[in-house]
Amino acid sequence: MPEYETKIREIAKGLLEDGKADVIIGYKKGSIPMVNEPVLIRDPNNVENLIWDSHCALNLCNYLTGRKERIGIIANGCNSRNIVTHIVENQIKREQLYIIGIPCTGMIDHRAVKRAVNDREILAVEESEGRFTVRGKDFEKTFEKKDFLQTNCAVCLHPNPVVYDEMVGENVKIPEGINPFKDVEEIERMSAREKWSFFADLVSPCIRCYACRNACPLCYCPTCFVDESDPQWVGKSIDPTDTMTFHFLRAYHCAGRCTDCGACERACPVGIPVRHFTKKLNKDALDLFSWEAGLSLDQRPPLDVYRVDDYNDFVE
Amino acid sequence: MVTKIFTKEEWVRALKGAKDDYRIYLPVKHKDFHAFELLSDETAPDFEFQNTRLSPKSLIFPQSERMFEYSLDEKDGEAHIVKETPKDFYPQAVVGIRPCDAHALQLVNVNFDNPQYKDPWWVKRLESTILVGLGCNEPCSTCFCTSVGGGPFSERGLDVILHDLEDVFLVKPITQKGETFINKLGQGRMADDTLSDKAEAKARSSLEKVTSSIPTGKLRDKVVTELFEAPFWEEVAFACINCGTCTYLCPTCWCFDIQDEVLGKEGDRIRNWDSCMSPLFTLEGSGHNPRSEKCQRVRQRFMHKLKYYVDKYEDGVQCSGCGRCVRYCPVNIDIRHVAKLMNDFAQ
Amino acid sequence: MENPYLPYPVRIDEITTETEDKNLKTFKLVFINPEDEEKFSYIPGQFAELSVAGKGEVPIGIASSPTEKGYLKFTINRVGLVTKHLHNMKEGDVMGIRGPLGNSYPWDEMEGKNVVIIGGGFAFTTLRSSIVYMIQPENRKKFKDISVVYGARTPGLLLYRYELDQWEQRDDIKMHITVDGTDDPDWKYNVGFVPTVTEQKITSAENAIALVCGPPIMIKFTQPVLEKLGFPSERIILSLEMRMKCGIGICGRCNIGDQYVCKDGPVFSLAQLKELPNEY
Repeated sequence: MPEYETKIREIAKGLLEDGKADVIIGYKKGSIPMVNEPVLIRDPNNVENLIWDSHCALNLCNYLTGRKERIGIIANGCNSRNIVTHIVENQIKREQLYIIGIPCTGMIDHRAVKRAVNDREILAVEESEGRFTVRGKDFEKTFEKKDFLQTNCAVCLHPNPVVYDEMVGENVKIPEGINPFKDVEEIERMSAREKWSFFADLVSPCIRCYACRNACPLCYCPTCFVDESDPQWVGKSIDPTDTMTFHFLRAYHCAGRCTDCGACERACPVGIPVRHFTKKLNKDALDLFSWEAGLSLDQRPPLDVYRVDDYNDFVE
Repeated sequence: MVTKIFTKEEWVRALKGAKDDYRIYLPVKHKDFHAFELLSDETAPDFEFQNTRLSPKSLIFPQSERMFEYSLDEKDGEAHIVKETPKDFYPQAVVGIRPCDAHALQLVNVNFDNPQYKDPWWVKRLESTILVGLGCNEPCSTCFCTSVGGGPFSERGLDVILHDLEDVFLVKPITQKGETFINKLGQGRMADDTLSDKAEAKARSSLEKVTSSIPTGKLRDKVVTELFEAPFWEEVAFACINCGTCTYLCPTCWCFDIQDEVLGKEGDRIRNWDSCMSPLFTLEGSGHNPRSEKCQRVRQRFMHKLKYYVDKYEDGVQCSGCGRCVRYCPVNIDIRHVAKLMNDFAQ
Repeated sequence: MENPYLPYPVRIDEITTETEDKNLKTFKLVFINPEDEEKFSYIPGQFAELSVAGKGEVPIGIASSPTEKGYLKFTINRVGLVTKHLHNMKEGDVMGIRGPLGNSYPWDEMEGKNVVIIGGGFAFTTLRSSIVYMIQPENRKKFKDISVVYGARTPGLLLYRYELDQWEQRDDIKMHITVDGTDDPDWKYNVGFVPTVTEQKITSAENAIALVCGPPIMIKFTQPVLEKLGFPSERIILSLEMRMKCGIGICGRCNIGDQYVCKDGPVFSLAQLKELPNEY
C-alpha cells in the first residue's frame, strides 16, 4: 500500500527529526515472502525501511512493554486496541506514545496462499488494489485478497484504530452482517465428549515452543505460570494433559483482554488454530459483560474489576 | 556395494515387507505439512516434499524422554533409588531424511558422543538407526546446505541415498549398515549405467539450484570477545519474541532440561528439549541470570552456532543449512543475515 | 555403557546446621553400595549433582576432602526447589549422588607454591576441602605457606566454625578470619571486608597462587587487590557457579563462550576468563 507507506515514513521522519519521538516501531520488508520483520528505528535517515502491506501480522504492542522512551508506533485496529489494553494495564503510558493510525484492510493468510498453490515454493508476492499475485519457479497466480484473509481479519469489526495521534488515511468501511463467532457457536453445539476430542486433536501437534504465548502482547508476565518451578503448576514434557493445561489456562488469562489480533495463530510453527480458545472467551466477555477488549482507555477489563453493587449474587 | 533400482510402488511395498525387522519412519503429509510417521500397512508416504516441518532429530533424541524412574513409597525397600527406565533400541530406519538433516545429526553427535562422556540413549539409538536419505532435486530458495559443508545429494551421515528419477528410485548404499538394509528389502533390480549416469547428472544440476548461502570463512579468526561485544546484536535481537520455534525446529539444536515428575508414589526423571531463547534456561536458584535479557539470548544462539561451535570442534558451523529457522521464524530473524554480520565484522 | 546420568544411591548419615540463620546445612552422605565409593574418586574443587527423587538434581561443590574416607560432605544453601527439600530431609533418608564432576583446583600447578585461599560467605565449601587436603601430613610438604582469608557478614554466618578455630591453633597454616561487622565483644578475629583484609594480610605474590571463591561482589573487589599485589591473572584461580542440569557438558546451558562451566570448569584462571565473553 504505497500511499500508506509514504505517509508512515513522512510522519516517522518528522517525529524523529523534531524530537517528538526517540524511536519508531514499525515493520520492515522481510527476507522471505509474506513475513515482515518488526523494526526499531532511531535514525530519521532509516525511515525508508518502514513498510505496510498485508503481511504485517505480528502485533507490535509486544515491543512496548516496559519501554521508557517516547515511541512512535504504527497501529491498525487490533494493534491499537492492544495499545489501549497495555495503557490500561500500566505497561506503557499514553504520553509516551505517538500513534500512527492505519485503517486496515486485513492480513493475508500465508498458509492459505501456500495451499492454493499446492505447496509450491512462493518466491515473490505483489499486491495492488485488493488483489495479489504470487510467483514461483514456474507459476504465477493472482488472487483476490478478500478470499485469503487471515481468519481473524475475515471477521474483524474494528479495522480502524481506536486511539491514534495521526491517521495515514481515511477510515475503512466497517463490514456489515458478519458474525465473528460462527466457529465458536459450532463448537458450543458439540457434546462434551466431542469438544474434548476436538480440542485434544487441535493441540496434538503442539511442541510447547510457546510461540503463541510469546507473540501475544497480553502475555507479558515476567514469569508465566507454565515456567514456575516452585510450585510447578504444569509439567514440562509434551504430555497431552500438560499441553492442554497450558493452552486452556493461557486462554483464560487472556479472557476479556484479547483483541483477536491473530498473532498467536500466525506465529505457531505447526499451524494450531489457537484462536479457538481465546475466541470463546471473547464471546463470553461480550455475552456476559457486553465487553470488547481495548476499546476504551477509561474502563478496566471486566475480570479486572470488582463492584460491590454487582448484580451477581456470588459477590455477597 | 550394489546400487539398485526400485519403482516407487516396489519401494514402498518392499519397506512394508521389512517392517517387522525395522521400525520404519516415512514422510507423511498431515494437513499443511509433512512429518515422519511410523510405517504401518495403512501408511501412505509422500516423497513429494521439500522437507518435514520438524526435523527428524526427535527419532534419535525425543522431545521428551524418560531417563529414570523411582518409587517414593516408603514401604518399598528401594524407595528413592533412581533406576534406569528400560528402553528398547529396536533397529529403525528413517527413510526420506533429507541430506541436511542427516548432516545435522553428525554435527550434534560430537556433543552426545565425546571422548569424555557418552550419552547412552543418543549413542545406542543412533547406532540402531539406518538413515536412508532422499536427495533434493528441487532445493528451496532458503536452503543453503552447500555453504555449510553439505549439499542436496551430500552423503555425509547417511547409510543409503535415494535419487528420485521420476518413476523410479535409484537406491545407493553408502555404509555396510545401509547395504544390509537394502539386502533385507530383497527386491529391486541392479542399476544400469544409464540410470546411474542420469542420477549423477540430476544431482549435479540440483547443486546449482542451491542459490542461497551463508559466509563462514572468517568466523574462526574472529576474537570471540570482540564478536560478543559487536554493536549489531541489539538490532538483530529487537524483533525476537523469544519463542522456541527456531531451536525446536532446528536439526542441530541439542539443549535439554531434566525434570522430575511424580504421580502418586511413582516418579520419573525426564529430559525435555530446552531452548536458549527462554530466560529460565540460565536462571539460577539465587535469582541471578547471566542471560536475563533477550539480546543476550539471541546472541547466545547465533554465537553458539557460528562461533563457539566453530572454535570448539574445528569442523565448521553448527548449522546444516536446512533453512527451517528462516522459513518459520514468526518475526523473520534470518540466520543468513546474521552470519553475514558476524563474518564481516571488523573491530 | 556407563550411564553418566545415573546417580549412586547414598544415605544421609548426619546433618549439621552450620549458620545461625539456619539456611546452611552440611550433609554427610554415605554410599549405600560400598563399591560406589571407589568409583567416586575425586579431588578438591570438583562438584557433584545431588539427586532427590521426585524433586530433581542440584550441583554442589564437594566440601569433604578425598583424605576423609567413608563419606562425602556437602554444605547446602537453602535457595531453590531441590535445596529447600533437602533441608527438610532427615538423617537416614535415601538420596542420590552423581559425579565427581568438573575439573578441580590446579593441584599440579599449586605444588611447591605458596597457596593463598580467599573465601566469602557460603562459598567456602571446596576451599574447606582444599585446606583439609593440604594440611594432611603427607600432603602438607608439597606446598609452601598456606594463608587463608575467610569472611562472612557476621560470626554466625561463618561455616565450619569448629574447624576454623582448630586451624587457627596450627602453625602450618595462617588463618585470617574476618566478619563485615559484629557486636560480639568476645570476637577475637578480624573485622573488615575480605578484599580489605586480603590487602592487609597477604603481603606477597611471590611464588604464590590464589584460590578465590565468594559472592560476585567479593570477587569483583578482591581481584584488583590481588593484581596490585602482583598476582598474574594465570595465578588467580576462581570457581564459578552457573545453572546446570547434566553436569557433563552435554545439556548446553552453562556455557561461557565455548567452555562449559560444568565440564571445562568450574575452576578457571582469571587469565582464561579474560579470553571469554563476560557472561556469567
